[in-house]
Amino acid sequence: MAVTEADVLHVAVLARLAMPAGRVPALVRELNGILDHMAVLETVDVSSVGEDARAPMPRRPDVVAPVPLVRPLAGFAPAPRDGFLLVPRLSTHSQLGASEGEE
Amino acid sequence: MSATMPRAADATAALARAHASADLNAFVTLADTTDVDVAVRTATSGLLQGVPVAVKDNIATSVLSTSCGSRILEGWMSPYEATAVTKLRDAGAVIIGKTNMDEFAMGSSTENSAFGPTLNPLDRTRVPGGSSGGSAAAVAGGICRIAYGSETGGSVRQPAAFCGIVGVKPTYGRVSRFGLVAFASSLDHIGVFGATVDDAAVGLQVIAGHDRQDATSVDLPVDDYRAEAGRPLDGLVVGVPVEYFPTSLDGRIRARCDRAIDMLRQNGAEIRHVSLPHTELAIPVYYILAPAEASSNLARFDGVRYGPRAATDDLRGMYEQTRSQGFGPEVTRRIILGTYVLSQGHYDAYYLKAMRVREKITQDFAAVFASGVHVLFTPTTPTPAFGFGTKSDPLEMYLSDIFTATANLAGVPAMSQPIGLVDGMPVGGQLLAAHFREADMFRAAFALEQALGSEALS
Repeated sequence: MAVTEADVLHVAVLARLAMPAGRVPALVRELNGILDHMAVLETVDVSSVGEDARAPMPRRPDVVAPVPLVRPLAGFAPAPRDGFLLVPRLSTHSQLGASEGEE
Repeated sequence: MSATMPRAADATAALARAHASADLNAFVTLADTTDVDVAVRTATSGLLQGVPVAVKDNIATSVLSTSCGSRILEGWMSPYEATAVTKLRDAGAVIIGKTNMDEFAMGSSTENSAFGPTLNPLDRTRVPGGSSGGSAAAVAGGICRIAYGSETGGSVRQPAAFCGIVGVKPTYGRVSRFGLVAFASSLDHIGVFGATVDDAAVGLQVIAGHDRQDATSVDLPVDDYRAEAGRPLDGLVVGVPVEYFPTSLDGRIRARCDRAIDMLRQNGAEIRHVSLPHTELAIPVYYILAPAEASSNLARFDGVRYGPRAATDDLRGMYEQTRSQGFGPEVTRRIILGTYVLSQGHYDAYYLKAMRVREKITQDFAAVFASGVHVLFTPTTPTPAFGFGTKSDPLEMYLSDIFTATANLAGVPAMSQPIGLVDGMPVGGQLLAAHFREADMFRAAFALEQALGSEALS
């Protein structure tokens, strides 16, 4: 299951990482070295362990608890409006509506 | 307060020592003198009243920035603080600074920090260990007696061993991780460094306990760890797992361990040889699960909500450039690895298999503790502190966690304490206990520390 340059480039897209071409060969080599070491897991008999290996996990009520802020919202998000936080416009979103300063 | 710890409020002096030891690069950020003075004056009570402590830079504080040793969070001010930090302030502790670390706690040497490596105070040509190397160096360098770090695969115990101090990783769920920046959530813990076992016991005592802000925190009573000091070891069964003493283990480290085991026996403990048969699988399992979880946890750092933002006009390019410019090589490597093992076609072979083997490792510990063993004794690391730049192969670096990653995978408490020197550098002995049985671990550690005396660092 050797990792290829195409694999690294594909995974970089999934991980939202810009990947300079010069970095790819080294990453392929490093990942293959690491994954070779992982191959020992193929030999382990895990038939006694179910698919949901960590079950049963305790569960808490699905209730949203407020985060106890030590500074007011305006201290780190200076442009709140209607419960939302305004962020700078990107040109690719120029057709999607107004944002701060362009109302 | 510890008999060995000066009661005087010496936070200001500790801050001065930190400035004087700037060449160690133990701190990313130091507190202002005025803030420390105010903290000293307002710390009117508590187990750590006026005691200076250092906190790793991935534990959120409200006054000091929290950068995780990364450019992508450089200067970031958290809008909330970690529960452990709140508990420290409530106990009267004075935080003198945020300590250097491998970026996002990914590393075993503190060479991966965006803010430069931390030096080992005992030999500045060697690493202090990692990822909590700054906290270890702050204690070993005499700046403060208690410091806090985090553990995902040994990042407190390994630097404690390399720097000749005590490092404790509690049970998963014993200390709240609310406010600890997540690396691998099923493996992350907050831990403590102490100059002595007593310092570490006090340091853990004040941060232990249930917290509703952390869903993995467990509501169980917290034992009095310091009450274990001076207790004889009669009736305590110490297991020595054969897998932690391979034939390849450095004979000098084995000899230091044998001496420590003899001392435990002489103090009344029963020594029993045991087996944890899946130990050798810990590194392959760890380096699948931890990067997989990291690839998910670190997805939030994209230039929108945190840190600097790359100047591009398109959204995808902004994400990609921000992350590539913000993350260092090791974090990038682990995100790529983690995304790969979670991706279609590889999930079952890597991630799911690793989860199942993790359960086998956990079952190993459960079986040994169910057999009547109270604590286990092992070496903490296979070598003493190594020199800067000597482990350039990532896999070679990963293997330095071979004796510590198991405790994170199983969630059991573990600690390291100095048990002697090899090549003039300290080596650590590791004690592990059953879930929430930190008291058993401290009982053995106090006795061993007393029995070793000055031989712990000779």
